Amino acid sequence: MASSNPISNTWTLTKVRVRLAMRNRTFLFFSLAMPLGFLFFFVMVFGKGSPAWIAYILGSILTLTVMGSFWGLSVQLVMFREAGILRRFRLAPVGAGPMLASSILANYILVVPSVIIEILVCKWVLHMQSWGNLWAIALLITIGSAAFSAFGLIVASVTNTMQETQVINQLIWTVFLFLSGASVPLAVFPLWIQRASLFMPATYLATGLEFATTNLASRAEIFTDFLALTLGVVVAFEISRQLFRWEPEAKVPGRAKLWVLVAMIPFIAFGVYENVAGKRLTQIHDNFKAIDRAPSASTKSSAQH
Amino acid sequence: MAEPIIQVEGLYKSYGAVEAVRGLSFAVQEGEVFGLLGPNGAGKTSTVEILEGMRTPDRGTARVCGLDPERSGAEFKQKIGAVLQSTALPDKLKVKEAIELFANFYTNRANTDALLKRFQLEEKRDAFYSQLSGGQKQRLALAMALVNNPQVVFLDEPTAGLDPQVRREIYDIIEELKRDKKTVLITTHYIEEAERLCDRVAIVDQGRIIATGSPRDLKHKSAGTTRIEVRLAKPAVNGALGSLDGVSDCREFDGTYVLHSSRAPQTIVALVKHLESDNNELQSLEMFSPSLEDVFIELTGRRLRD
Repeated sequence: MASSNPISNTWTLTKVRVRLAMRNRTFLFFSLAMPLGFLFFFVMVFGKGSPAWIAYILGSILTLTVMGSFWGLSVQLVMFREAGILRRFRLAPVGAGPMLASSILANYILVVPSVIIEILVCKWVLHMQSWGNLWAIALLITIGSAAFSAFGLIVASVTNTMQETQVINQLIWTVFLFLSGASVPLAVFPLWIQRASLFMPATYLATGLEFATTNLASRAEIFTDFLALTLGVVVAFEISRQLFRWEPEAKVPGRAKLWVLVAMIPFIAFGVYENVAGKRLTQIHDNFKAIDRAPSASTKSSAQH
Repeated sequence: MAEPIIQVEGLYKSYGAVEAVRGLSFAVQEGEVFGLLGPNGAGKTSTVEILEGMRTPDRGTARVCGLDPERSGAEFKQKIGAVLQSTALPDKLKVKEAIELFANFYTNRANTDALLKRFQLEEKRDAFYSQLSGGQKQRLALAMALVNNPQVVFLDEPTAGLDPQVRREIYDIIEELKRDKKTVLITTHYIEEAERLCDRVAIVDQGRIIATGSPRDLKHKSAGTTRIEVRLAKPAVNGALGSLDGVSDCREFDGTYVLHSSRAPQTIVALVKHLESDNNELQSLEMFSPSLEDVFIELTGRRLRD
């Protein structure tokens, strides 16, 4: 007797999820319009007319675009569970793995066009000097999207209601947004905040992407970010698969929420390492200074004359 | 006799202090339409969801197509189709996409265009789920339950909350399944649904089966009595109606007196005489041939809709 194929089930679900997202105007606004709005706002406020800053800001915008996965997926999964949609899927020969993997894959497929548009806008409209390290950007976008999607799925797995999900999302999002370097450069914060940020997944995505877009880091330095996020994906996916619930009335016990801490283990390990022996903070400071000292477009052109 | 395709023995299921299913046992043969008839809260949905592999019984065994629903996973799910008590799909999913999506999960797939035609959904193939009426949503749920040509179909209250016309349309579809010799387990609290569609019925009350048989046999068991429902201007004197000629049973439900009589004409004559002597008046009188509702009343003292 042939059994159902998890890979083909994952792909079937992915296609449907992409189609559903494309029909959702809210999704299009938050995934495409809003990051572009932030890009132009950041360039106006912080760009200082410097092409080097444009590359730095692109890193931040790409981080925001990728981190958005975390918010959208958790809300969608909880909504599907509360509405009883997941129950119907439970009757079919499709397991929790394909349900979750299709969320991550669909999210990645939807993030890629936004990322490409943002890079092209920076290069062609805002005159960013170089393309940055495109391979590193592609790698970090891929693994970052998977990691933040998986974190979103964990939030959906450990919360019992939409209200609870929104509160937790808001808390995590705020911390990720302001303390990872995604919106405010990490180098301007007091040292203790910089040290604390090394325990957050968002920091590895934000700094990794900023290193890649500004071309100011070696492959080996970006590899650390890639490794931290990859471990995060593996652990977070398995935890969300274990805690996955199909039924609206199935509540997660309080102690199961401690699994979230397990998902943080790779980042705690990397945080300890970077605080004790790593050079990341020095590197962040050096990069920030290099960008800050870079001549603006107008200074450059007057120097040439 | 062939091995039953559904076999349930000593099934128990509780939710906290509430015992929903209390020792249910029954068997369904291949090609049979079997009904679980009972009021809301009788334990029908819990039973059918255990058989679908959606719930774990506390005790007892359930086997469908020779498999344990809970432990057999994908192999079991390939063999069954089901309509849940309430089906929900994403609002922006189109009708044809929904059928194709679910068909893709199975190794044995029905022709999706044929299903759309059979369930009169061709015109709605490109409509979003949110744009469908209640009846169309239920027809879609039925179509989705048949995308894998299942051996056994579970229908949990398939017509609950639908208007009479849509209900009749759903009955036609189930009768078609019956003609196709599909094994169907249906739960319902509608008497006419059980009488019209089921080959055999188990009457369920408070988690227990209180009678099993064909609708015809069960009605015969109600002693071939006629049900007479009367409303009076004044309440009847205690026990007076129960002692009328031919009356075997008399109960009062919300001001309506329900009499079961083996000699209806004599009972009515006696009733009129009694009311005259008691200075009471008849407000309404209705007569019904025996139904499964009468069997339920006889066995439980309550009406199905209570």
